[in-house]
Amino acid sequence: MTQPLRRPQGGRIDRGKHLSFVFNGERMEGFAGDTLASALIANGRHLVARSFKYHRPRGIMAAGVEEPNAMVQLGRGAATIPNLKATEIPLFDGLEADSVNCWPSVDFDMNAVMGLMSRFLPAGFYYKTFMASLGLWHRLYEPRIRRAAGWGRAPDGPDPDCYDHKHVHCDVLVVGGGPAGLAAATAAASGGARVILADEQDEFGGSLLSLNRTVDGLSGGDWVAGQIAALAGRVETRLLPRTSVTGYYDGNYLIAVERRAPTGDGSSTPGNPCMRLWHIRTKQVVLATGAHERPLAFPNNDRPGIMLAGSAQTYANRYAALPGTRAVLFTNNDGAYEAAFDLHDAGVMIAAIVDARPAADAGPAEAAARRGIDILPGHAVADTNGRKRISGVDVRRMTPDSRELMGPARKFTCDLLLMSGGWSPAVHLFSHAGGKLKFDDEHACFVPGAVDAGIRSIGAAAGRFSLAAALQDGTRAGAEAARAAGFDGGGASPVPSCEEPAAGTVAALWLFPPAPGAAPGKNAFVDLQNDTTAADILLAAREGFSSVEHMKRYTLSGFGTDQGKTGNINALAILSSAVGRTIPQTGTTTFRPPYTPLPFGVMAGRNIGLMNDPARTTPMHDCHTAHGAVFEDVGQWKRPWYFPQAGETMDVAVARECLAVRERVGMLDASTLGKIDIQGPDATAFLNRIYTNRWDTLKVGQVRYGLMCHEDGMVFDDGTCARLGDNHFLMTTTSGGAANVLNWLEEYLQTVWPDLNVYCTSVTEQWATVSLSGPRARDVLKKICSDVNLSADAFPHMSYRAGSVDGVPARIFRISFTGELGFEINVPAGYGARVWNAVCDAGREFGITPYGTETMHVLRAEKGYIIVGQETDGTITPADLGMAWIVSGAKGDFIGKRSFARADTARADRKHLVGILTEDPGAVLPEGAQLVADPKGSPPIPLLGHVTSSYRSACLGHSIALALVKSGRDRMGEQVFAPLEDRVVTARIVGPVFYDAKGERLHG
Amino acid sequence: MLLIDCPHCGPRPEIEFRYGGEAHIARPENPDALSDAEWADYLFMRRNTKGVFAERWMHAAGCRRWFNALRDTASYKILATYKAGEQPPATAGAED
Repeated sequence: MTQPLRRPQGGRIDRGKHLSFVFNGERMEGFAGDTLASALIANGRHLVARSFKYHRPRGIMAAGVEEPNAMVQLGRGAATIPNLKATEIPLFDGLEADSVNCWPSVDFDMNAVMGLMSRFLPAGFYYKTFMASLGLWHRLYEPRIRRAAGWGRAPDGPDPDCYDHKHVHCDVLVVGGGPAGLAAATAAASGGARVILADEQDEFGGSLLSLNRTVDGLSGGDWVAGQIAALAGRVETRLLPRTSVTGYYDGNYLIAVERRAPTGDGSSTPGNPCMRLWHIRTKQVVLATGAHERPLAFPNNDRPGIMLAGSAQTYANRYAALPGTRAVLFTNNDGAYEAAFDLHDAGVMIAAIVDARPAADAGPAEAAARRGIDILPGHAVADTNGRKRISGVDVRRMTPDSRELMGPARKFTCDLLLMSGGWSPAVHLFSHAGGKLKFDDEHACFVPGAVDAGIRSIGAAAGRFSLAAALQDGTRAGAEAARAAGFDGGGASPVPSCEEPAAGTVAALWLFPPAPGAAPGKNAFVDLQNDTTAADILLAAREGFSSVEHMKRYTLSGFGTDQGKTGNINALAILSSAVGRTIPQTGTTTFRPPYTPLPFGVMAGRNIGLMNDPARTTPMHDCHTAHGAVFEDVGQWKRPWYFPQAGETMDVAVARECLAVRERVGMLDASTLGKIDIQGPDATAFLNRIYTNRWDTLKVGQVRYGLMCHEDGMVFDDGTCARLGDNHFLMTTTSGGAANVLNWLEEYLQTVWPDLNVYCTSVTEQWATVSLSGPRARDVLKKICSDVNLSADAFPHMSYRAGSVDGVPARIFRISFTGELGFEINVPAGYGARVWNAVCDAGREFGITPYGTETMHVLRAEKGYIIVGQETDGTITPADLGMAWIVSGAKGDFIGKRSFARADTARADRKHLVGILTEDPGAVLPEGAQLVADPKGSPPIPLLGHVTSSYRSACLGHSIALALVKSGRDRMGEQVFAPLEDRVVTARIVGPVFYDAKGERLHG
Repeated sequence: MLLIDCPHCGPRPEIEFRYGGEAHIARPENPDALSDAEWADYLFMRRNTKGVFAERWMHAAGCRRWFNALRDTASYKILATYKAGEQPPATAGAED
């Protein structure tokens, strides 16, 4: 329960708040203000992970989101989150986390044998070896490799946590709350702009929390506290700590994830979501995102206890947690000396500073001498020792060109190796915005290039690494951004003064020499998360993968959840040198959102379940539920599919419903049918142009069926349309096509024929529709409708009357989709349930039967009526459907007309809609079945067409099918075959109308 | 996400809009008078401009009106928006 490596005082942790947590089953303690990583380090724990491919022991290498190794599984069960970095998890009481990618434990991992085999597992090994036999790959290799390689576990149930989204606008968004970002936010806010300052850490301050610096005469921490207090007091400034800006999209639109409460313990509620996704639209952006320190590539540079120098400094200073007791620093720059000095001053023994450059600068050298620390210039770490924790290093002199080792090895015992390869600006968001990078030779890093209007990169994010530059940049950029956003108020803010060590220099040394006789780059890890070594990159170059994009895909370098934040530049520098190009010539891969991973839960926010995909129900929905309906999804509509009675299967229920309609009377809820009210003096002219048939001849009170085509002549919707008045029509569309049809009508009215005076209004949800069908339909309606003459002469097929049904004002259409006498009763939606029940009651003595969409489909198929989207697929013309009769030659132009004369549309051998009867009357063909003339021919066997609809017809006593068949109308009576998986079905081509071909029943 | 200045409603986020392809393609007055090639050109052929492109948008979750925009297809910058039926404003490099 002790924290052996916690410094006795100092740091920004709250020593009054003890937090208890469990890691890999072991209970430990930390303090409020810790991350999981800093608490583990205070407890002396470095081995936290096994590597992806070789299962090598790995420790904590960094202190921020750039961490490649320390991925853990947070929480349990459904609330668990896999693959979080220990460095980005704020410690909370009761936290439970486990290592990933190891079995049975991180201390004893069975798969560590992979590491012994590493010389047999170079980049590309899996493809070359296992993919040679695809069958074996799928059956044998892939499942085993995946089990051995995978990272964390997916949650075992729906996420119990709550998330939400928030949309905000501001004038200036400052990303990053270090010294540069704080100065920028202060200057922009002073100028009068609405400012948002977002920082991914628990606490604002960035590098000032890790370094011993003085700003305006105050300690870094005190200066930060003062700035934050002042910003918090501004009404139009919003501070977002614990908020990672993960993506920068067009139009200065940025996405940020705010972590509000612990995840994984299920304590969040809708009122207190654990995470919030911020959608920020801003006029100006200031990127103060800082920089990531780079590791060095030398043999066995990945053991637990090998850490970035600046990160070790952060643990010691900010968290008062010492990452070791005896350390060696290996560096190619002056900046890292300060980390060694801070650790020395905190009581860590610094065994040596190994400087890869021929000489250190005078300042750092003197400071080291004062502390009695030895510097070994022109040296490199030749190898490291220790398995689960580094135990020592071998250091050797390099030749002046740094290409080979020479001289004897000096051995140093240590439990901590600090390394620093210089710093890479965090240019990710700049790249998301389309910004181009340029290479800065002095600092050996990519920096933002040409600046787009509205984006300013400042401080370390722009390759200006000193504190003075950060404060200067921030003060200037904040004021400029406010001005660019239209705020002239406020004078120039003064630039805060500061004290810091001189910046020093960095040498571009990317790959260190191997031991004599060893292969270059062996076990010199570049991307630690993907186990990519320098040797893998050299292999890629030798095999011709010399483009950075190819090398990345071949070696996986940069593909991890850290997106290679630490290793990318090293990888491309090693590639450049191997293929004899400069780094700028090689270029970088493209950074894409998200900057850091974000859970699916926060992306979805509250848009889950019905909030994501709403269910639309008709006014009669409860009647159907009470009647035992099984529902079918039609678009977002819930439609009764069939109404099974006790013990009935679907087939039995549908057969009963079909026979009821044919013999007596049935009722269908047709409310979902699209309804568009069309009014205006040019309504008739408009309908003439958008339907294929004539509408100027339709009299008031009549109904007509119409087909709509696109300009290419292909059918895209159909339905009836009634003339309610001289300039007033009610159009119906398919249930799924209603919105598309309305969009299409509006598009033509606005963009092609703006001279037509027509108004279209969707009234689908304003009317409820009861479709009454069957020989007794009139008898039923008569009982509840007394003000309309329902006789066949007075109210013929395809006409409309206004009246009342059960005392409710109603529009009654005499139309039919079943081939039987039919009435569609439309009443205002609020009366839908009442009228449904009234029809039900009135029909009881006639044996009325509610039926669903399946019965509707069977009945219409018996009549050869098409369903758009089933008999058509966007490649079918009216003539293909045998509906040339509905294409008018007597009116002027209409949409699709010209295309009917195109050579391809006029071909004689197009597919035609035909009927199919199977030889075995009981065989029901699967919809989609292909039809051929000769199933025994030698492949390739020409396909004649396919089945579009297929049902068992109860009233005919055999199965029926509709199909689209090449030249089908010329093949009447011909035999065709449907080769199925387990048998070949023999069938015959017939006309598409199976029942009442003369249509007499409609007129009953 | 683009910020699109609807000529009727003002600037709104892209998700409120529907894209409508190349603008200023008039439907032929008399399609029957066209050859198959001319009709196919109207029906299928659209430019794939890199640079400033006149295109149609519809404010689907707003005023539901169609309008035109000049957009640089390389940078995604919208240089101007204007009502349906209007000519594109003069912009350097703009096509008709």
